[in-house]
Amino acid sequence: MSSLLEVENLEINLLTQNGTVKAVRGVSLSLEPKDTLAIVGESGSGKSMMVKGIMKLLPKTGRVAGQVTFDGKDITNLNDRQMRKLNGSEISMIFQDPMTSLNPTMTIGKQIIEILSEHKKMSSQQMRERALELLGLVGISFPEKRFSQYPHQLSGGMRQRVVIAIALACNPKVLVADEPTTALDVTIQAQILDLMKSLQSRVNTSIILITHNLGVVASIANKVAVMYGGKIVESGLVDEIFYHAQHPYTLGLIASIPKVHETASELKTIPGTPPDLIDPPKGCPFAPRCEKARKVCQQYQPEYTQISSTHRSACWLQHPLVKKQAENTSEKESRDE
Amino acid sequence: MQNIELTEDLMAPAEMDEGDREKISRPTRSAFQDGWIRLKQNRGSVIALVILLVLVALAFLGQVLTKNNYYDTNYSAILQAPNAEHWFGTDKFGRDQWARVWYGTRVSLLIAFVAATLDLVVGVTYGSISALLGGKVDSVMQRIIEVLIGIPNLIIVILLMMVMPAGIGTLIIAMSISGWVNMARLVRAEILKLKDQEFILAARILGTSNKRIILKHLIPNTIGVIVINTMFTIPSAIFTEAFLSFIGIGLQEPKASLGVLINSGFQVINSQLYLLLIPAVIIVLIMVCFSILGDGLRDAFDPRMRV
Amino acid sequence: MQKYIIKRLVYLLITLLVITTATFFLMHSLPGTPFDEDKISKLSAEQQRQVYASYGLDQPVYVQYFKYLGNVFQGDLGTSTLYSGQSVQGILAARIVPSALVGIQAVLVGLVIGLILGIVAAYRHNTSMDYLTMVISVLGISVPNFVVAALLQYFFGLKWGLLPVAYWESYACSILPSLALSFGVIAQIARFIRTEMLTVLQQDYILMAKAKGLSPVKILLRHALRNSLLPVITILGSITVNILTGSLAVESIYSVPGIGSLFVDTIKANDYSTILGLTLFYSAFYVVVILLVDILYCVIDPRIRLAPSKE
Repeated sequence: MSSLLEVENLEINLLTQNGTVKAVRGVSLSLEPKDTLAIVGESGSGKSMMVKGIMKLLPKTGRVAGQVTFDGKDITNLNDRQMRKLNGSEISMIFQDPMTSLNPTMTIGKQIIEILSEHKKMSSQQMRERALELLGLVGISFPEKRFSQYPHQLSGGMRQRVVIAIALACNPKVLVADEPTTALDVTIQAQILDLMKSLQSRVNTSIILITHNLGVVASIANKVAVMYGGKIVESGLVDEIFYHAQHPYTLGLIASIPKVHETASELKTIPGTPPDLIDPPKGCPFAPRCEKARKVCQQYQPEYTQISSTHRSACWLQHPLVKKQAENTSEKESRDE
Repeated sequence: MQNIELTEDLMAPAEMDEGDREKISRPTRSAFQDGWIRLKQNRGSVIALVILLVLVALAFLGQVLTKNNYYDTNYSAILQAPNAEHWFGTDKFGRDQWARVWYGTRVSLLIAFVAATLDLVVGVTYGSISALLGGKVDSVMQRIIEVLIGIPNLIIVILLMMVMPAGIGTLIIAMSISGWVNMARLVRAEILKLKDQEFILAARILGTSNKRIILKHLIPNTIGVIVINTMFTIPSAIFTEAFLSFIGIGLQEPKASLGVLINSGFQVINSQLYLLLIPAVIIVLIMVCFSILGDGLRDAFDPRMRV
Repeated sequence: MQKYIIKRLVYLLITLLVITTATFFLMHSLPGTPFDEDKISKLSAEQQRQVYASYGLDQPVYVQYFKYLGNVFQGDLGTSTLYSGQSVQGILAARIVPSALVGIQAVLVGLVIGLILGIVAAYRHNTSMDYLTMVISVLGISVPNFVVAALLQYFFGLKWGLLPVAYWESYACSILPSLALSFGVIAQIARFIRTEMLTVLQQDYILMAKAKGLSPVKILLRHALRNSLLPVITILGSITVNILTGSLAVESIYSVPGIGSLFVDTIKANDYSTILGLTLFYSAFYVVVILLVDILYCVIDPRIRLAPSKE
């Protein structure tokens, strides 16, 4: 297989005071070289936990099951020491809030050099040059000056650029970006996304972009996976998701993107709240909020229906029996008319 | 994978209760219930509370359990080790140590409770007046506090103890004069913080009266800080009393407090260690329990500490 | 910054003036004279008057007050009555070395042990090491220092005869009093560092360091430790109070010829001028430490620390 990253049946449980949170419940996905995979879902859908599970960055209370293959090697059972060799050099991560993800008592330069000295054999002069080069690469002016400054002396957008520079320092094969623009001003968000897009073509890295904003996805990703209640409910190429979405949740998400040219009186929303993952629903996690829910949806979890070789959706509405029934009803209706 | 018998019937549209969608899956609890449940789960706090209750009970009932009292001297039975007649032994005047220890505990607890209550009344009044009135009054009141905070408490207490006649009342007054500052600062900070918060603003916009805002919003929200701070003032008052008595300017013989007892125990430490050890263990128990209980209360009721 | 320091210095002076004034008038409202009642009553009225005059005690209180203020301003704290004829500042100077030795040793021991305990406890959160540290810190805060001092004296000095007690001749004599004083400091620091470190360990930049592939030791030393150590400065003030207070009891117990034991002795002897001088000394010391701590904290740019917390 040529997949760069292959995740099979990943399950993540978090032990908490109130019970076990089943944050991720059997997720499979694959990432090819040069892919940009967007994982979309609302808060608490398990998207962030999933990537942290892959990188073994979960808190001590986290339990992971399933299989993860990276670059042809099974990395599921790597110990901490082996995983540390991958993290930062082969797989790296950009965090949500640049205000908190940089160490406030360490200069920008040191924080970049730190990752280089961990993974690369370079002289201190080489590392300094590489750090300055990286700062330039992510579009920071006066790299020399910024190098010896502390994070609080930089704006949020600049800090996120620094975080990106750190993440790209060792030319990783996979870059995980966990809501990289959520904490930033809207004008800065676009800049950061543009930066990521242009960097991807230059440094040849695959990107996993986690976001709750489907609007962000279209411009940057080529693949999309929609997560809900700890499961991937629909995945496919970006066009398939945007123009041929099958799952009611995906449709709801698309409908709720505000459109500039429409003067809707009201923003469309999906009524209801995400499921409680301590005690997840027996059937489809989305069934309680789904307008098209059938009885079966509340009883049994749907399996994936392959819509094209790249597009699949987990929804009972794709089941032949439901389709047949739906046809019958619509025929009846048209006849009645 | 799944072994289900799919029937046409299952494919029928599901009936759904609209209200169900917005239903919150677990019952909600008030902050107080939440805190109380958390406190009960904290085994350390529960044990500390039980030990404190036992000590308080003994402080009041210990005297009843023996026919000896704390002041009768008996020169034929001095410095006895603990025995059947005198459970904690006797001191150098032949007084029953069991009776003296519990009497002393009672005095120490009394001093601490009264001092803490005075701190509370003065501190809460001062702090809330300062915060509620604001402006120039607040500014002047704060300058006064800033000067007072620069003076080490113990110095004030020692000076006052020297000027006023020795006794329990003097101890209490001396400790309260220096002790309320901390409470005042905490209460002021808390009220100022609350005053700026949206729910108070919302209440004002809705036309809630000042009295109601104070009663329904400010007091319930500051009470946690006040209770927790009191939990830490009590042991510190117990310590201060014992400390002063130990260095010889607190209570004097034949009165007894834990500090006085430790002081007289220390005089004969070489031969009669138990005279020092028993009151020392009791004072340590009281302080440890208050400390654990205070921590437990803070963890349980301070929402910011929630993980 | 300069404005802030000047403002603080003004407060410092006001505080000291308030303390001096309060102390002075309190002392003068005391019953009894600072002299040995038996001896003074044997003197003739004329002799008594002379003794009073030689200490300036025959003048009206307000004259004495302003005279005292003027003298204090010039560094003259008056003459002790307990140690007749010696100047208070002279006695203080002679007493300061043992107190400083014991106090500094206590702070150092407390700092080192407290730091180690606090770091280990946070790092091994919810393990037996953590619980042990919590027990030590609760005990350290709860057991009064004079009890600690008495018990150390009993076991190390009297029972096992390992270390000298109750006299002051060699360096060894300073060990037990330092240990007794350090107990509370250990507790304060261990507790503080533990809490601080637990907060820091939950910060995003620690997760980021993990994502960089750093080893736990490097994360601890480079990222967690520095960020938890800076705020320790803020509790230096309360540590100072702890040591100053503790020194009264501990120095008396071990007969350390320091300022703490001097304070206790002069209180018992009604030695006005010495008590005044000592009160002023203690307060000044405390106020200056607090000021230094605050300035130090401003110098170490607070934004450096304030940045990570979301509050």
